[in-house]
Amino acid sequence: MTDIQININNKTYPTATQPSIANLKLSLNSNEFICLVGPSGCGKTTLLNIIAGLDNDYDGEILVGQQHTHPKIGYIFQNPRLLPWRTVRENIELVLGEHQSPDVIDALLEVMQLTQAQQVYPERLSLGMSRRVSIIRAFAIDPEVLLMDEPFVSLDAPTARQVRELLVKLWQQRPHTVLFVTHDLREAIALADRLIFLSASPMQAVSEIIVPIARSDRGNELAIESFRQQLLQNHPEIKQLL
Amino acid sequence: MINLKRFLSTLSLLVFLGIWQGVAVYLNSNTLPTPEAVAKVFWLGCVSGQLPFHLGVTLLRLVVSFSVAMLLGCAIGIVLGRNKKLDAFFDNWLVIFLNIPALVTIILCYVWFGLVESAAILAVVINKLPNVIVTIREGTRALDQDLLDMARCYHFGKRKTLIHVIWPQLHPFVMGATRSGLALIWKIILVVELLGRSNGMGYQLHLFFQLFDVASILAYTVAFVAVIQLIELLILKPLDKKALRWRR
Repeated sequence: MTDIQININNKTYPTATQPSIANLKLSLNSNEFICLVGPSGCGKTTLLNIIAGLDNDYDGEILVGQQHTHPKIGYIFQNPRLLPWRTVRENIELVLGEHQSPDVIDALLEVMQLTQAQQVYPERLSLGMSRRVSIIRAFAIDPEVLLMDEPFVSLDAPTARQVRELLVKLWQQRPHTVLFVTHDLREAIALADRLIFLSASPMQAVSEIIVPIARSDRGNELAIESFRQQLLQNHPEIKQLL
Repeated sequence: MINLKRFLSTLSLLVFLGIWQGVAVYLNSNTLPTPEAVAKVFWLGCVSGQLPFHLGVTLLRLVVSFSVAMLLGCAIGIVLGRNKKLDAFFDNWLVIFLNIPALVTIILCYVWFGLVESAAILAVVINKLPNVIVTIREGTRALDQDLLDMARCYHFGKRKTLIHVIWPQLHPFVMGATRSGLALIWKIILVVELLGRSNGMGYQLHLFFQLFDVASILAYTVAFVAVIQLIELLILKPLDKKALRWRR
């Protein structure tokens, strides 16, 4: 079932001579984890901003079912973007609608191992903890699409691995449609149901690959590496995109 | 460390009083009374009720004009900071009002609206308003766009965005405008009272000037400076502490 269809015919910045994105079509299936892989500066953040409704200066359409509308978005930015003058809990409470119960916060804090830190101000958190708070904030609103813009960048390897495992645990407990942007192929293979490779200037979808590795084997680095080698061998066109 | 700070601050005040006393005794002139003579006049003024009454009248004018100037200034400053077209249109107006001398505004207000209370308050507000607008506009221009985008993405709405995203970022600018505003406004109020009111500190100072009564002038000045210091200690500092408790 296709839940969300994204068609971007053209996105050109006012000062640019050529489009950043041209004829990009993405179909997002319900509760699917999709990784967008592309070189730095190819416009991945621009794409996420368009989907999030933060950038409306483009030619195209976003369809949720048959409706022309923006889906309800939970956005995990590259920089956590927490309000420093609000505590961890207040930061999460602020995104909830009036009719939403705050009970969801306790459950999410527990999964992400932040129950003890809920009354702490963000400046006192480590970067890994801040990222986890921003993940909770995005899940708390029960979004139709979760956008993740390289959320593990600039974390050291063990912390990145820990946060990644917690994210997957949370996603398996509360399945959502995810668009995850990265330029790290190993990370993408470890997370995604489907990989979409993007080219730069203008951004276009070059190839789409289903990741056949079972969820239980995603922690196995050998399995990930072997699939990566096989992928690069069978699809030489993606080498230049990494 | 705190004790040392307190000791130094008390010592500096005592040194100031000592120098004042020394110079006054040395000159032995009516134009520079000793701190003791000023304290005596201060006490007599308090007992007779004259000093608290005029101080109260001036403070009331200060509170009203300050509140109006801050509320209007913050609202206009935020709008101009967020809207480039309006800012481009009103920028010249701001420059004009910033550069009109306080005395001219006061005289014009009295000429146009008469020697009434509302004209006095209006004159003070017009003098202070452009400063608040400019400070808050700069603060609004410096707002973190990433946080505003986050608020938009999570559908905070205007009210929530203002309270939780914009206002905390404007806090240092608002406090700056408040402190410079208090210092500026009370000086302007004295001129307003001197020119067109029959009560308040400015009116009294005018009387003392005609009588060459320097001790009374100094007693009223000390009283007012003390009140402004109390406002800083009892209102502004606690506000700062509460608003900035999240900082490491």
